[in-house]
Amino acid sequence: MTNARTPGTGTPERESSAQRPEPRPGDPEITPELVADHGISQEEYERILRIMGREPTFTELGVFSAMWSEHCGYKNSKRLLRLLPTEAPWVIQGPGENAGVIDVGEGLALAFKIESHNHPSAVEPYQGAATGVGGILRDIFTMGARPIAVLDSLRFGDLASGRNRYLFSGVVKGIGDYGNCVGIPNIGGEVQFDQAYDGNPLVNAMALGLMKREELIKGEASGVGNTLMAVGARTGRDGIHGATFASEELSEDADESSRPQVQVGDPFTEKLLLEASLELIRSGHIVGIQDMGAAGLTSSASEMAGRAGSGVLLDTARVPVREEGMTPYEILLSESQERMLVVALKGEEDEVRRILEKWELEAEPVGEVTDDGYFRIEEDGRLVANIPALPLTEGCPTYEREGSEAEEVRRLREMDLSSVLEPEGDLSDYFLELLASPNVGSRRWIHDQFDTTVRTSTVIRPGGDAGVIRLGNTGRGVAATTDCNGRFCYLDPREGARAAVAEAARNLVCTGALPTAVTNNLNFGNPLKPHIYHQMREAVLGMAEACRLFETPVTGGNVSLYNETDGRAIFPTPVIGMVGILDDVERAVGSTFQQDGDVIILLGENREEIGASEFLYHFHDRIVAGLPPVVDLVAERRLQHGVLALAESGLLRSAHDCSEGGLATALAQSAVGGDGAPRGIRVKLHERFAPIALFFGETTGRVVISVRPEDESEVLGMCRNHGVPARVLGTVGTVGGPFRIDAPRGVINVPVEQAHHQYYDALPRYMDRDEKPEDPRSQIDG
Amino acid sequence: MRIAVITFPGSNCDHDCYRALKLLDGVEPEFRWHRDTDLGGVDAVLLPGGFSYGDYLRAGAIARFSPIMEAVKAFALDGGPVVGICNGFQVLCESGLLPGALLRNESLRFQSYPVHIRVETTATPFTSHYRKGQVLRIPIAHGEGNYHAPPEVLAELEGDDRIVFRYCTPDAGLAPEANPNGSAHHIAGIVNEARNVLGMMPHPERAVEELLGSTDGLGLFQSLVNHLSAGATP
Repeated sequence: MTNARTPGTGTPERESSAQRPEPRPGDPEITPELVADHGISQEEYERILRIMGREPTFTELGVFSAMWSEHCGYKNSKRLLRLLPTEAPWVIQGPGENAGVIDVGEGLALAFKIESHNHPSAVEPYQGAATGVGGILRDIFTMGARPIAVLDSLRFGDLASGRNRYLFSGVVKGIGDYGNCVGIPNIGGEVQFDQAYDGNPLVNAMALGLMKREELIKGEASGVGNTLMAVGARTGRDGIHGATFASEELSEDADESSRPQVQVGDPFTEKLLLEASLELIRSGHIVGIQDMGAAGLTSSASEMAGRAGSGVLLDTARVPVREEGMTPYEILLSESQERMLVVALKGEEDEVRRILEKWELEAEPVGEVTDDGYFRIEEDGRLVANIPALPLTEGCPTYEREGSEAEEVRRLREMDLSSVLEPEGDLSDYFLELLASPNVGSRRWIHDQFDTTVRTSTVIRPGGDAGVIRLGNTGRGVAATTDCNGRFCYLDPREGARAAVAEAARNLVCTGALPTAVTNNLNFGNPLKPHIYHQMREAVLGMAEACRLFETPVTGGNVSLYNETDGRAIFPTPVIGMVGILDDVERAVGSTFQQDGDVIILLGENREEIGASEFLYHFHDRIVAGLPPVVDLVAERRLQHGVLALAESGLLRSAHDCSEGGLATALAQSAVGGDGAPRGIRVKLHERFAPIALFFGETTGRVVISVRPEDESEVLGMCRNHGVPARVLGTVGTVGGPFRIDAPRGVINVPVEQAHHQYYDALPRYMDRDEKPEDPRSQIDG
Repeated sequence: MRIAVITFPGSNCDHDCYRALKLLDGVEPEFRWHRDTDLGGVDAVLLPGGFSYGDYLRAGAIARFSPIMEAVKAFALDGGPVVGICNGFQVLCESGLLPGALLRNESLRFQSYPVHIRVETTATPFTSHYRKGQVLRIPIAHGEGNYHAPPEVLAELEGDDRIVFRYCTPDAGLAPEANPNGSAHHIAGIVNEARNVLGMMPHPERAVEELLGSTDGLGLFQSLVNHLSAGATP
């Protein structure tokens, strides 16, 4: 027994596998209440008893609780996720690893993934968001890839509330401070504000990394006798049971007491860990590496054993800790940040240690790889947990539930909206006010706080349709975007998910990139409620259909459930993170008009749709109702091919998709966005339907492009050949000229400077001029 | 010619500087580790941006104590050209090679976007390739770039023509709205008395390729190369 804990002294005797740990002095007794407190149902506990053939110890119960939480075990989503397409010839690594990996040519591979940090950010926005960035970066570099870009998909409640401004500013600062320090450019993402996210913001962070194909390494504990080493920061008491916490609903008064479950990030250590890990992987001294993320040492060790089909033996007394007296339970479940578990080749531990020391970090042997298939934990040689590894990682029960649509949603969808189409007053006033809506206006207030140009590879900075990064010296590039309209998904989750995939692909082709693969972040409420499960199933079905048709397989992602505050769920928000490839990054296309006299052309068709629009929300009491825009995936596919062909031929001066705020605000974004001076436009629309729908409806499948006058007929010809409806709308005007859109039943006519001012004031009007956002609770507490 | 790029733990613009230097004919950039004690006979030294030692305590405050900084100081006092960019500028101020200090931005927020800066003097080894009054478009990315110094030091900097760059409007005007961080006298970069040590907040190494939006930073590295070649063949 005692010698079994020293790595290299051989595999423990066979019969030890079935050994039962003695109760550890001081550990609580296992009672039904304790089991319930661990989020384990009666049915699940019975399964644990069957797997173990006995009652678990306290430590074992904690391990099961973490591994079978929604966060680690995907128990309510796994069966749905199987419906998603995951394969394509260019996919090197699909779901199940730390990140998905695709072939991007020239011998290079791209690792990418999105992950949520919603619950921690709701409680402590700065650290919650910062550690979200830290976690996703570690997922990338543990694949052997150097992180090259990050993006964020964010949702907050209405900015009129001080609490929401506090959450928003804290999250943005947390993302910025972490990513800026590690030195990874932030190239985009999106943010939406809607009262549906009051109290439960969404913080989804996406990262991309680049490696040579042969540098790919996996999180596997292989090679019996190899040494497990804890690397990086020491283990403390922070974040214990974070994974279980992330799998529960939030309540109004829970957030103070939940703070110990939020981890604290240290980007400086992360930067060192990044450099050390890549050096370690390239050194050949290790065979596997994994982040100690959610459920810490427990999940990293058991998942590495599970994937390799091996076992592990760990001694918690050998794990470097920050404080005295930590129990095995705490050490196993701590979510202290910036830690890795690596599997070193037996006998090469000192080389591993030397590399870590160069980067001023620690590496300590904590156990070894075994072949008995058990996840065995000792404390100073004394057995405290002994669990079959495969049932622990793969045996989590999965559920398929009954789903049904909420009556309220059906009612909202069928609401008669004809009265909103005939508003009183000047359309120009509506236009200017909508431009300053936080959902339409410029995101500069956010990305000015992010380093967007470090690593000198950013070709298109945030603010365009998608961020574009060049891929080393290959002349190629990668574009990335995140998209999802929660309002569409609320009113019709299947149509909304199809719209999210379509919008992501449209954003990529607008920069000239071929949509290639997807990572997704499924943010929903409590899956035990039938109407929430209905949303999940419908959204996954819609996503699967669109990803299949667009040939953009899903290579991984993250599921975040129980996003509810006091029983009220967020909008279903299945965020699509999509990457695309540019064969020639010099051909990347921006989203803003370049030159007066250029011809403005609309690709796609206008339809009389106003449902689920920002116009409705903004001018009609924050209502989210009506039919969301119809998505014609086949037409979208043709549009994508058409835009790509135009981009590759070098015919596009700009391309910009229509989304929140509709056609009028899309034209405005192209006129006043970017770093250049604002340009007027003169545009004529011919549709005779209600101008509110024409100007502000959010019909999908539309792209506004501008081209040189001499290229007009060639562009229209190419669109015909691709079956893409194309219509000349007008021309780009001079810097500072009038911004004018004429339609048969209405006109928008404003000085472009005014549009410019409104657009850039959308966030500062809330964030800079109001009183400094504060945590309202700190005032209450005195 | 050989130019050392110093890597502190937490430096994150070291590779960008290396890449920018590589674009110039005849330049051999070399990395030097913070624990090195010897510059190895290089012709110039570049302190890159980033968050050396996490910028804990104060930006650059710990880096000044790293072993390599003794060698850098000796090199600078001997007249060798030294450029500190962003965090490198902060390290130079902390180690006393340049006067003044860089406080938190007036907005209290990190600021990252392209700014305009005006070349105030061409009489340095780093700006001879520019025209006096020329406006450059170069990105900034910092949280602590608000340059401050006592009035007498500022007067000295002004009087001795040691302010190298000032933040300005696109048409070369000085205006509060063109000053991204609240720096005294709109200062974006200064040299020491001997004019061989330059510190600046904007990132010239991020403005060396058309594809990335600007080539205005190239002139700085070209000036340095011209200076060194002139020295090599007097």
